Amino acid sequence: MSEIENSPGPGGRPYGRPLSPHLQIWRWSITMAASITHRATGIALAAGFVLLAWWLIAASLGPDSYDVFGRAAGTIIGEIILFGFLWSLSYHLLNGIRHLAWDTGYGFRVPTAHVTAALVYLGSLLLAAGAFAVGLMVKAGLSV
Amino acid sequence: MTQPRIRTPLGKIEGLGSARSGTHHFWALRVSSVALIPLSIWFVASALAYVGAEQGAVAAYFAEPINAVLMFLFIITCAYHSSLGLQTVIEDYIHQEGTKITLLIFNRFACWIVGAAAGYALIRMAFGAH
Repeated sequence: MSEIENSPGPGGRPYGRPLSPHLQIWRWSITMAASITHRATGIALAAGFVLLAWWLIAASLGPDSYDVFGRAAGTIIGEIILFGFLWSLSYHLLNGIRHLAWDTGYGFRVPTAHVTAALVYLGSLLLAAGAFAVGLMVKAGLSV
Repeated sequence: MTQPRIRTPLGKIEGLGSARSGTHHFWALRVSSVALIPLSIWFVASALAYVGAEQGAVAAYFAEPINAVLMFLFIITCAYHSSLGLQTVIEDYIHQEGTKITLLIFNRFACWIVGAAAGYALIRMAFGAH
């Protein structure tokens, strides 16, 4: 090893050490997208947890506070956020089950991983759309 | 020629890893995720049934013992699972030691403050203070 290889380079790493390739290096694959989406929906759900707390606090304080929450949730932006919450939860739930299967040693073959990733995307959209539709029907006063 | 060993026999049997906590974080995330499968399905079903309902109806729902207990479990598990998941995200992307530790502490505080606030609201409704 020459001296230059051991001297610190950008980011404090010694020159000559391999760097792990980052997102822009890899060709996109559905398994990679599924992994990134799992993390993104996890972060979104942590933010959704704050909204859940708001809902409970509003319900515990009385009709006036609850009306404020209800009006916010009923706006277009509110409904988009609620759909995003339902989809994030559906996705994280289904892909979480995929992760648990991996943890027990199943589903590691590459074709299997591709199919399950696609199923998670499709299933989560169907679940979220179905749940949102049920919510709209309940709101409209229809029995489900 | 034998393979060079990078782990001592003592380190191997202790199984604690370099951070002295070994697989605890991994295992806690998995156990909480298993608990969240039925709890989150129950929560979404409950919330959907009360879309557009009046405050009194929602408060009465959480005054039912079974619903209060399930919601309490859901809140605790959400706070715990979120704090573990966000911890991993911080550890992966924040490399400056001071910023990382500050964010890790903030993350723990934030998750449990939100959880405690939600839990307090739930307890109020569970004991009929509405």
